[in-house]
Amino acid sequence: MADTLIWLVAIPLAGSIATLLLPRQATALVYVAAVATTAVAGTLLYGVGSQGPVSYEIGGWTAGLGIALRADGLSALLLMMSTLVVLAGSVYASAYFSKAAERARFWPLWLLLWTSLNALLLSGDLFNLYVTLELLGLSAVALASLGGTLAAVQAALRYLLVGLLGSMMFLAGVSLIYAGYGTLDLATLARAVEAGPVAWTALALMTAGLLLKTALFPLHFWLPPAHASAPAPVSAVLSALVVKAAFYLVLRLWLDTFADLVTPAAANLLGILGAGAILWGSWRALRTERLKLLAAYSTVAQLGYLFLFFPVLQALPPGPARDAALGGLVILALTHGFAKAGLFLAIGIIQQRSGHDRIRELDGTAQRLPASTFAIALAGVALIGLPPSGAFLGKWQLLAGSFASGQWLWILVTMAGSLLAAAYMFRVLGHAFGHQPYPQRPVTVAREEWPALILTSLAVAGLGLAGAPIWGLLEGST
Amino acid sequence: MLTAQWLYAMTGCLIVALGLRTALLHAVLLHRLIGVNVMGAGVFLMLIAVAYRGPGVAPDPVPHALVLTGIVVAVSATALVLALARRLTGEQDNG
Repeated sequence: MADTLIWLVAIPLAGSIATLLLPRQATALVYVAAVATTAVAGTLLYGVGSQGPVSYEIGGWTAGLGIALRADGLSALLLMMSTLVVLAGSVYASAYFSKAAERARFWPLWLLLWTSLNALLLSGDLFNLYVTLELLGLSAVALASLGGTLAAVQAALRYLLVGLLGSMMFLAGVSLIYAGYGTLDLATLARAVEAGPVAWTALALMTAGLLLKTALFPLHFWLPPAHASAPAPVSAVLSALVVKAAFYLVLRLWLDTFADLVTPAAANLLGILGAGAILWGSWRALRTERLKLLAAYSTVAQLGYLFLFFPVLQALPPGPARDAALGGLVILALTHGFAKAGLFLAIGIIQQRSGHDRIRELDGTAQRLPASTFAIALAGVALIGLPPSGAFLGKWQLLAGSFASGQWLWILVTMAGSLLAAAYMFRVLGHAFGHQPYPQRPVTVAREEWPALILTSLAVAGLGLAGAPIWGLLEGST
Repeated sequence: MLTAQWLYAMTGCLIVALGLRTALLHAVLLHRLIGVNVMGAGVFLMLIAVAYRGPGVAPDPVPHALVLTGIVVAVSATALVLALARRLTGEQDNG
């Protein structure tokens, strides 16, 4: 069982090197690596569900000197979501990049990004987390610059500098932790850590670095240009997975390792920034003229909801109400991952077929590309939080937790954000319907439209109707 | 000898602050990149000060390993920034 952890990092890494060496067979190699990794991730999720958290000591070195890999319900769920998104994105990208030279540049970086993402989700050691954060950032920047336009390179450069700054702050926090406690292993640290200036400064530094990387308002300025100018499959993983990796670390540190240090004031600060992200991101998404920028600003807003959970979780006493809220947070993060990836893939199809992504000129898209338009509508259902999407369950838990702890502000912000999301998604759909004849078959470009459809359906129906086991998996993980 | 360790650690903090200031406030890309690198050097100095375990005792090897890894990461990241920056100036000259 514990061997699965090492395979989740080893298979994509081997695939990345193989695609670099054998560019002609790259697409087939990617399919093999993607299917194998998905199977292993499924095994891990099943194993964690039935036997509880697993850990693996690489090379037999015990934690302290060696590096431990760990998986609990939270990391196994996020890993499964990212695996499905990357699998769908791989199928999509094999058709999206029509030139062999483009694909040869794309595949090694794509699999390297996946490797570092899996390693990050499985790491149980602060320094290993720093290394995986850097690897994830570097491969993400290289992928974001593949668009090749001036705007894409400029955005990638800004993304890289911001990422470097964030990692340096994180590393400064890590060095303080080592000075104070003599360990970097998260599990050991959770037992040793105690409130005091060293731990507070370290947590503040690491959190500041991670908030920069997860683009929490007002540190989101780098995200919209970088996500909007990248090729579609890259935008999908940047928005759905890469920012969420940094968020996952904030969650780990605040709820797990440093749980005793977190004060209500600090949790409220995250909540207020999250509220700002929801209102500002949704407003900008409503006002923007371009579809990809809309999706990118929507990511800023959706990340805000995840941060609203911090003050709610802080205020609720341990018990069923808090567990329900934590499950709500995770299901919201998973739903956004599927929905936003599907949305970017669908937008990419529209952009390729019509040569632009201007919202005003989408007229007739619903007739030309019905399946892609339907995928956008499904993503909209998930982003607004309508039933039966997973986001509906997540927001329901957010509202229930806010009611239970008497934090009315978050309820108002959630409602305002959902209304704004409805406005910006209906604006797109309104323009997409024109007066043109309907085609013979709804799915016109199968290999690209099916991944988008499947991911958005997972967000709406899969997680909404079959989301109950998630709460079971999370028992005892934080 | 504790004072020497503190001197190194505090100098490290100061260098981090200086690097952070340049990285945040400078408009020129190269200055900001150098700022990030200076900040990294400060963090590495802090880590080296952390490794000190008293006179006559071998220093803690773990922070040293971290510094080595950190330098490798910083060098690769700097190379990527410079490569992107060259591409950018090349495109601006052409267009």
